[in-house]
Amino acid sequence: MTAIGDRAPTFVLPDTEGVMHEPGGAPATVVVFTCNHCPYALAWHERIVGVAQDYTGRGVRVLAVNPNDSERYPGDSPQAMRARVERGEFDCVPYLRDESQDVARSYGAKTTPDVFVLDASGALRYRGAPDADYDGPAQNAAFLRGALDAVLDARDPDPLETPPVGCSIKWKA
Amino acid sequence: MRVEFLFWEGCPSHPRALAELRTAMVDVALDPGTVILRKVPTQAEAAQERFVGSPTIRIDGVDVQPPGEEPFGLTCRVYHRRDGRISPTPDPADVREALRAAQTALPRGA
Repeated sequence: MTAIGDRAPTFVLPDTEGVMHEPGGAPATVVVFTCNHCPYALAWHERIVGVAQDYTGRGVRVLAVNPNDSERYPGDSPQAMRARVERGEFDCVPYLRDESQDVARSYGAKTTPDVFVLDASGALRYRGAPDADYDGPAQNAAFLRGALDAVLDARDPDPLETPPVGCSIKWKA
Repeated sequence: MRVEFLFWEGCPSHPRALAELRTAMVDVALDPGTVILRKVPTQAEAAQERFVGSPTIRIDGVDVQPPGEEPFGLTCRVYHRRDGRISPTPDPADVREALRAAQTALPRGA
């Protein structure tokens, strides 16, 4: 479990085309655990992609990681992930497969979505929900945007942490 | 009229959905205390109940948003709001409409 201020675990995971990605090499990196079948993840998805689009010019990287057990939840299969990418739903966001679930476990991720913001050194600076209401598009991922603005300005985010809201991660038996 | 609210405690959607269902019942002059709450705790019971996700609202056995080919299981259910947004809870307007449709279908005196 990673706490605020701790160095976040490093990882190398494949995207839907098999290209490997790892966090870092950026002034800020967002690691968001997400999936295909959860209505909370889907409700927040466009807002998170919007953050990636708006902050890419400032060097921010956003990595989406799907850790769910796709045997019990076929909607989260690699094929289903690839189909969403091919439909253009992940502009500016590599969609990574955490088949072993080791990355989700090492981060202490609990839900989809569950957002982690890392600074340039790889330290965890924000963890939680993208904003205060999955049902409020006008919230526009305010927690996440605020955390990124703070990290890019060398300030502490406020809040540092919020409770993650969403579907439980579907762990393998 | 039989209003059933099926839910899985592993999904956080049900408190909000139940509150919205009860409000919709009041809106159409039904007693919100008559809603039947049914937990679906296991995968086997999900299959037996043809439960495609939490929450599921059935009015006289009819789902307020027909689930199509969704597989049965313990998960949060995906709903589509009338404005196109995806949501963990059904559109309250759909719930009200389903309640009114069931009221209209009731035989006189039922």
